[in-house]
Amino acid sequence: MSELTLNIIRLGILALLWAFVFSVVGALRGDLYGTRVLTRSTPGRAERAPGRAPRSVRRGPHSLAVVAGSLRGTTVPLNEGGLLIGRNPECSLVLTDDYASGRHLRLYLGPDGQWYADDLDSTNGTFINNQRIGTGHRLEVGTQIRIGQTILELQR
Amino acid sequence: MTTITTFRPRTGRTTELVLLLFAIGIVLLAHVNVGLAVNDEIPPNLRLTAALLIVFTVGLHLVLRWRAKYADPLLLPIATLLNGLGLVMILRLDYAAGRDVGSLVASRQLLWSALGIALAAGVIILLRDHRLLRRYTYIAMVVGFLLLLLPMLPVIGHEENGSRLWIRIAGFSFQPGEIAKIVLTVFFAGYLVATRDALSLVGRRFLGLQLPRGRDLGPLLAAWGLSVLILVAQRDLGSSLLFFGLFVAMLYVATERVSWIIIGLSLFCAGAFVAWRLFPHVQTRVQLWLDPFDPSASSDQVAKGLMGMGHGGLFGTGLGEGFPHLTYFANSDYIFASFAEELGLIGIFAMLMLYALLVERGLRTAIGSREGFGKLLATGLAFSIGLQIFVVVGGLTRVIPLTGLTTPFLSAGGSSLIANWIIVALLMRISDHARRPVAERVTDDPELDTSTHAGVAR
Repeated sequence: MSELTLNIIRLGILALLWAFVFSVVGALRGDLYGTRVLTRSTPGRAERAPGRAPRSVRRGPHSLAVVAGSLRGTTVPLNEGGLLIGRNPECSLVLTDDYASGRHLRLYLGPDGQWYADDLDSTNGTFINNQRIGTGHRLEVGTQIRIGQTILELQR
Repeated sequence: MTTITTFRPRTGRTTELVLLLFAIGIVLLAHVNVGLAVNDEIPPNLRLTAALLIVFTVGLHLVLRWRAKYADPLLLPIATLLNGLGLVMILRLDYAAGRDVGSLVASRQLLWSALGIALAAGVIILLRDHRLLRRYTYIAMVVGFLLLLLPMLPVIGHEENGSRLWIRIAGFSFQPGEIAKIVLTVFFAGYLVATRDALSLVGRRFLGLQLPRGRDLGPLLAAWGLSVLILVAQRDLGSSLLFFGLFVAMLYVATERVSWIIIGLSLFCAGAFVAWRLFPHVQTRVQLWLDPFDPSASSDQVAKGLMGMGHGGLFGTGLGEGFPHLTYFANSDYIFASFAEELGLIGIFAMLMLYALLVERGLRTAIGSREGFGKLLATGLAFSIGLQIFVVVGGLTRVIPLTGLTTPFLSAGGSSLIANWIIVALLMRISDHARRPVAERVTDDPELDTSTHAGVAR
């Protein structure tokens, strides 16, 4: 085999090796997959949004507040999509309570314009008035929801 | 205030297939190059190699589509390329040694590769959730220690070139330390997930360092004792460094305390120093490291390797045209020097990049994983590959004394190849779990959820 062919193949292998490395890096570049960090919408914007919502929502609660526990003072705006509460980082309200499950409680707007709570089979339960709740429990403004040592409340 | 949401990731399986075929193409071109340069003909076993490589790797790709759709798409192509290049270099050294077709080391290596890939597929099919391994934490400890001690047993233990690392049963020799590496990583991950709070929070501060309590030092001392035992009884500096380094790195990742690294490194240095004073085989290694060109040295392996790498220069001599076979163990311990001679600095850096990317994918998997056990397991597996490369390449470029560790995916030897394919399969399983959208999780067993406490999970 001629010297020239061998040299071409030799350099070709080096070029292809680096081409492979670069295509791997290229595939990896668009790959910040998994989780992404977003800025949470400010309460001001959340209040503007309900303009299109039914009357009852505008009159109903606007935010969920933590009134006891390590996150005391935190509020999360309520919107039509409902929200998920738990220790899992993708929940809307991420609890740092050892008694909370990963996906613990779901709040959602019922068809009648009222807010409801679903306990998502949490290990230690969700309590309202010292009663462990199941799914579809209706919430009023000021109802205290207890998860471990955290107490949550709907606020207008 | 920020919030973290997951979104549906691309599975990347098509990217994987394209890159996989690219990798196989490079391997086959290298194979043709070796045949043309050495025998002036297209190698006769090209079709068989191509068929086996394609069937098994594409088979693993299909298993991933079936059972681990979201697994990291870059692990398989990188591992395939490294494994294939290793096969080509081993074949090239077979030609140089004048072995006939029946006794090629390369054909055995090809069979081991096929077996390794099949085992990787088996791991992915049978192990649906890596957190199941956590249930066997202490069994893993016992099994790992037993595997490490096996070569010291009188009948089946087997000594080669001064290191007692092999067992030999019915004509097959096996290096149990390679499997022990995986099993012990499982143990370290399970153990540290359970105890990291005690290890990271308790203790006094001294000179800006958080010092652990005396009783929490126990496990570290046990790991240190084991690594010194390997050093003394099996005369293997490499595995000793690998196990202890792995444990210290995982301890650091679990606790975020720099004090563990400082304590671990000083313990290791003290142990290595004492071993150097006491044991002649360690003294030989150090002597060869400090002065490889000494004419009265007991071995000229390091010197020959350096000369070979120098001969390769920037672009290399080309596959099949250098003299890597003049070095001892050119197809196992010194395979990296063989590549350096024939592919040159440019080629060798591409290969180091491939390892760096492999380790990076492992660590990325650990970052993406939502629970502590998966994080620590992925970190440990990725770190063990990285540390192994450091010990091997550092040894032959005279950064540290030369030790007899295998180069992952490249070295001739079945146990190492199988162990590395299993490591890649475990990383694929963990990354599948890490990237899978919440709605598609297979298990939501709260018992398996280890993200209970802050610390690593943050």
